[in-house]
Amino acid sequence: MAMPVEGDFRTRLQVWLPKLVLSPSLAMALVFVYGFILFTFYLSFSDSRILPSFGWVGLENYLKLFRLRHWETAVTNMGVFALLYMVICTAVGLALAIFFDQKIRGEGVLRPIYLYPMALSFIVTGTAWKWMLDPGIGIENTMHALGWESFAFDWIKNREYAIYTVVLAAVWQTSGFVMAMFLAGLRGIDNEILKAAQIDGASNWNLYWRIIIPQLRPAFLSAFVILAHLAIKTYDLVIALTGGGPGRATELPATFMYSYTFTRNQMGIGAASATIMLMTIAAIMVPYLYSELRDRR
Amino acid sequence: MAALNQDSAIRTGSTAKVLIYLLLLLFAFFYLLPLFVMGVNSVKPLSEITGGNMMALPQVWTFEPWRQAWSEAQVGVQATGLKPYFWNSIKMVVPAVFISTILGALNGYVLTKWRFRGDTILFGLMLFACFIPFQIVLIPMARMLGLFGLAGTTWGLVLVHVVYGIGFTTLYYRNYYAAFPTELVRAAQIDGAGFFQIFWRIMLPSSGPITVVSVIWQFTNIWNDFLFGASFADFSSQPMTVALNNLVQSSTGVKEYNVHFAGAILAALPTLLVYIVAGRFFVRGLMAGSVKG
Repeated sequence: MAMPVEGDFRTRLQVWLPKLVLSPSLAMALVFVYGFILFTFYLSFSDSRILPSFGWVGLENYLKLFRLRHWETAVTNMGVFALLYMVICTAVGLALAIFFDQKIRGEGVLRPIYLYPMALSFIVTGTAWKWMLDPGIGIENTMHALGWESFAFDWIKNREYAIYTVVLAAVWQTSGFVMAMFLAGLRGIDNEILKAAQIDGASNWNLYWRIIIPQLRPAFLSAFVILAHLAIKTYDLVIALTGGGPGRATELPATFMYSYTFTRNQMGIGAASATIMLMTIAAIMVPYLYSELRDRR
Repeated sequence: MAALNQDSAIRTGSTAKVLIYLLLLLFAFFYLLPLFVMGVNSVKPLSEITGGNMMALPQVWTFEPWRQAWSEAQVGVQATGLKPYFWNSIKMVVPAVFISTILGALNGYVLTKWRFRGDTILFGLMLFACFIPFQIVLIPMARMLGLFGLAGTTWGLVLVHVVYGIGFTTLYYRNYYAAFPTELVRAAQIDGAGFFQIFWRIMLPSSGPITVVSVIWQFTNIWNDFLFGASFADFSSQPMTVALNNLVQSSTGVKEYNVHFAGAILAALPTLLVYIVAGRFFVRGLMAGSVKG
């Protein structure tokens, strides 16, 4: 194998170049994602307060965390919020997509109207809804001004109901997007099957219930994954809309983690809560990504 | 999005259709309402909001709230308006979008045209990074930025957004390049073209559509970010979202709702403009992020 040295170098470089080009991104992921996850995971077993510290305390942070009323509130709120948010977004998204599928005129005008909230920051959404829901100047006040004196809508100030205003604003922001996902699914369905079923006398209701909706499985799956991960990550919306209040009525794990870590100087507990958030998302995302990437091959 | 324009075989009765139109209009009203409220109330004097009806058009039109939100309002400690923060956001978004898109294009090129054992696993590892709750990296990231002297700087934020953005840009380019004929790449290789030559001459010139998707997605995401801005920035680098939140939440003095609404529109304007100009691509980006492939 007597190849010229220079040519050999070039060939070898060409062989290594692709991996070399990929390596900075990979290194960043390894350090900033996986390294950082391990770091936070370790901190969740440490006695960290204001600053990271490495004294081992075993499961103490987790035990403390599970005894905290504050955390219990955050987790309960997450359950209520995530369930309602996902169910309502899916229902609204699917309904709108089915409506659009009826040869609707003006779809080109309506579709962008349904989708534009997705382009906005949650802080903008939160600000808009915060003042619209404010009984002093918002919808309640407007109804009073229009003469409906007994109208009351003060959920955002009410400990029982404030979490539902977060659901409302979040649904406003993302349901249009879910609609677009279902619409893409609907438009991908083979019309021949539907025509055949129509000839056999199937009603529209049966067409949807028996043939179309079962075929939307992939869209349901994507919607579920996207909505679940958005729900668990919800942070800015609560900060802008209610600030976690009134009291702690709308605290979520994300706001809990931030306040325990950075304002209450309980970094160990904050790290423990972040670890639990990650585990929850990983339980959904890892199987999903695994199946998506494996199917490709 | 060609799939979105196929006609369905479903036939609907006319009563049902009227009902559907009504519901569709009702939802349009629901989605437009906050935008209308923000717009209308940002051009009203404060007294018309506190004393009156949020849905009503202004009796006196004024652009004073806009001027105040932009250059005078109290944001945090200083009365600078949102202007400096708007520029902070621009200074952060432009390099972050540029760098993450270039890296994503290169990664996508390697992962589809220069495949090697284990590349799918590596891609999976990068992709998972998009979905982690960022709370898990806040503490070490704050440490790291401090160590590198990047704490509170725009470049620190650029780094953060590049790191957590390349998963998505890589996904976009990987899916796009997967459909690009590999024979062309192999032919160019036989003709003696190298790795970068093929990328510049063959791949990039045909990457227009996906680059638009990637740039729009990154721009929207980074512009709209709040968590990283709130965690890692100081007054010299705080982005627009953090400033808007400070403006709205400030507890001192009278609540100037009209200024808040004007500020909210200012914060929304860049991404809204992108959406209006290139909404088609925006939707494609959303879909590619959800339905892989």
